[in-house]
Amino acid sequence: MIAAALVYMIYAGVTQSAVYFVTPSELGSAPVAGKAYRLGGMVERGSLRWEPSTLSLTFALSDGKASVAVRHKGAPPDLFGEGRGAVVEGSWTPEGYFRATHIMAKHSEEYKAPHDTNQASIKELMRTLSGGSR
Amino acid sequence: MVKTLGWLTAAALAAGLVMAFGVAPREVTQGNVQRIMYVHVPLILASYVAFVVLAVASLVYLVRRDPAADGVAHASGEVGVMFVGLGIATGSIWGKPTWGTWWTWDARLTSVAILFVMYLGYLLLRGTIDDPERAARYCAVLGIVAALDIPLVHFSVYWWRTLHQPPSLMKPGGFTGSSSILWPLLVNLLAFILLYVYFVARRARLLRAQAEAIA
Repeated sequence: MIAAALVYMIYAGVTQSAVYFVTPSELGSAPVAGKAYRLGGMVERGSLRWEPSTLSLTFALSDGKASVAVRHKGAPPDLFGEGRGAVVEGSWTPEGYFRATHIMAKHSEEYKAPHDTNQASIKELMRTLSGGSR
Repeated sequence: MVKTLGWLTAAALAAGLVMAFGVAPREVTQGNVQRIMYVHVPLILASYVAFVVLAVASLVYLVRRDPAADGVAHASGEVGVMFVGLGIATGSIWGKPTWGTWWTWDARLTSVAILFVMYLGYLLLRGTIDDPERAARYCAVLGIVAALDIPLVHFSVYWWRTLHQPPSLMKPGGFTGSSSILWPLLVNLLAFILLYVYFVARRARLLRAQAEAIA
């Protein structure tokens, strides 16, 4: 059974029949309304709108070639933001947008110490505290 | 010898703890949650070590029928399962605030879940066979087959689309990040590998004494 599970994973990966998420291009070429999808891409810069009073979140997911409009009710995870990767679960609507039920932020493998940015912000803080003029 | 190793391990773990909280900076994008990495990554990498040792010891057992090799495999299985289990738990705790989910069935998480269940099965198999020679033989075969999942876990993030990010340490080109994050990670990695070796040394000795008492 274990061997069978391993073989299935390898087989599924090779044939691309079991992809974890589809890209905006793949969804755009043949969207099926009502079908559950997992959609992955980059949150397009300038596309993010967050309405705290109604908890409505809208943004566009892009893979550089195609872009898909996404709507969601609820707050996104902390690392979610423009210019960053995200994977959303939900379905395509007949109205022509993707209704997300769950938003996940994709994280990069880079880990940075705050050296320069921190120094800059401390300087900025000191400047504003001392009432410096711009 | 084992006692010295124990003290060395304790010192390395203490140094790792101090570095994870005292030396390592607050990571820019993730904040303090990133510190989970100093336990999560060493746990998983040390479990890879445990399962590779298990496979090699299993092969040695099949060739030479040496009970000592079987003892090392058995002990490595126990420590490896514990490490992978804790690695999954810490990953999940990290995933909730960063990804926004405790768990998702992407290739990395699925393949590591298979790894965990396979070695749990390995320990179960040992417990269900009463003839020690036969148990050792069957487990040796399973121990070699199960190791095939390790490259699957490691390369899953390259072979499939996943939510989990690619490796930041174990890859060509080296670590992508600040050195003030790399060093605490390496010290903790050393500490957890020492902890694995220490546990196996103690456990294998106990298993041998047990086998002699029964015989």
